[in-house]
Amino acid sequence: MKQGISLIVNGEARTVDVEPTELLLDVLREKLGVKGPKFACDTGTCGACTVLLNGKSVRSCMILAVEVDGQEIMTVEGFSRNELTPLQESFVEHSSFQCGFCASGMTMVAVELLNKNPDPTKEEVKEAISGNLCRCTGYHSIVQGILGAARKIT
Amino acid sequence: MISASDFNYLKPENLNEAVKIKGEKGAAAIVLAGGGEIINRLRSGEATAETVIDLKGIGELGEIAIDKDILNIGALVTFSDILDSETIRNQFPLLWETAAAIGSVSVRNRAGEPYRDSAPALLVYDAMVMIQGPGGKNEISLSDWFIDPKKCVLADDQIVTGIKIPRPAEEYGACYLKLKRYDGQDFGQASVAIMALADKQYRIAFGSVGPLPIRAEKIEALLAGKDLDEKLIQEAVKLVPEEISPQTDIRATAEYREHMSGVMLKRGLRAAAARLTKGGPDYGTRLI
Ligand SMILES: Cc1cc2nc3c(=O)[nH]c(=O)nc-3n(C[C@H](O)[C@H](O)[C@H](O)COP(=O)(O)OP(=O)(O)OC[C@H]3O[C@@H](n4cnc5c(N)ncnc54)[C@H](O)[C@@H]3O)c2cc1C
Ligand code: FES
Ligand code: FES
Repeated sequence: MKQGISLIVNGEARTVDVEPTELLLDVLREKLGVKGPKFACDTGTCGACTVLLNGKSVRSCMILAVEVDGQEIMTVEGFSRNELTPLQESFVEHSSFQCGFCASGMTMVAVELLNKNPDPTKEEVKEAISGNLCRCTGYHSIVQGILGAARKIT
Repeated sequence: MISASDFNYLKPENLNEAVKIKGEKGAAAIVLAGGGEIINRLRSGEATAETVIDLKGIGELGEIAIDKDILNIGALVTFSDILDSETIRNQFPLLWETAAAIGSVSVRNRAGEPYRDSAPALLVYDAMVMIQGPGGKNEISLSDWFIDPKKCVLADDQIVTGIKIPRPAEEYGACYLKLKRYDGQDFGQASVAIMALADKQYRIAFGSVGPLPIRAEKIEALLAGKDLDEKLIQEAVKLVPEEISPQTDIRATAEYREHMSGVMLKRGLRAAAARLTKGGPDYGTRLI
């Protein structure tokens, strides 16, 4: 049976009717038009669908939309409304991504890391992105991009 | 849609209500905590439900509390919560080291069942699972918990409320070693939790090398009361094949798992003994 949920998506209050069987990822993409989180493995393994739920990274393909009623979601669309953030600038400077499919998930775990620890070591960066798969880059450029962002903000 | 069949979603706000719903609906209701396991089982059709009971509205289940020498971990506590807890880091460092070995940040931010990686450490801590159902409250030793890889002793009308971990009476040094195919998020090929206590007792449990996590009682008996030296450690390693029954799967062959379990036991015993005397690598350092 459909039920109404209210949530804050990227700072904006939204309401939407969902079935209990619908995933947060599908509701974000198909009903709320938020296409940043990507649909890929659909088993919680790859991290492409990562969003921040109340500031913590989670996989939106592993969460029912009804579970997040009343809570706050941030996606890659949400944190750079006007201009590039230092993290995004650094990703550009380091040519961190190729096809970009992993970029939104990688960005969200990097945001979580830098919020918690603005001056991470290389090992800490690798640990932070260890749940996110990238089929293109070999990860080095992404790690460098995140370390570069840390240098900009500290 | 993750499930072909519809289900109702309920989010009770207190434990009594959740227990009541589960008690009435039994197997037709599925309990949802972090969802790391159950969402995939609903998706694949392996699990079906008429009702999903989400526990995340029950604040008390998210608490970590220490009462005298007993650590209580609520059923909603995640591995990230464990990593963030100074109490656990200082007083139950083996549990802390284990939480760090699980999945990745976005998995740990949600997950928290006694399962896979966490089982060996909880076994050596002699953890108890706290449950509640229509018949009231009950506690079951984790060593009696698992029946087979897909089943535990929890009845269809019961809910797990948390885990109780007694602090060992003696000082101890401990470690958790997890062998993976690569650095990063992966289930283990083999793992071992080891505790060396000041009274020369040892507690050892293996994971991923048999259908269930295994408490290594023969090895514990061999070591009991003795100081660890290299000769004794070699004898302990020789007993490993008698304790475990590894299988071949996509992660590793049975032979590799058996060999590496011996290597990990050897390194782990040395590290646990060194940590007992405040030496050895810091907790959280990878030992394999
Ligand atoms: C990508 C990925 C990587 C992972 N890597 C690791 C890893 O490296 N090591 C590891 O150990 N695990 C790993 N996991 C597994 C993860 O630890 C488990 O999915 C998680 O611990 C399950 O906890 P949960 O809270 O998400 O459980 P849920 O999925 O919510 O529940 C699991 C089961 O327990 C039942 N249940 C839950 N709570 C209760 C309760 N209070 N009372 C009664 N029944 C209950 C549910 O009905 C369900 O059957 C990984 C999972 C994913 C998706
Ligand atoms: S699509 Fe969610 S983790 Fe891969
Ligand atoms: S840039 Fe293509 S998957 Fe990462």
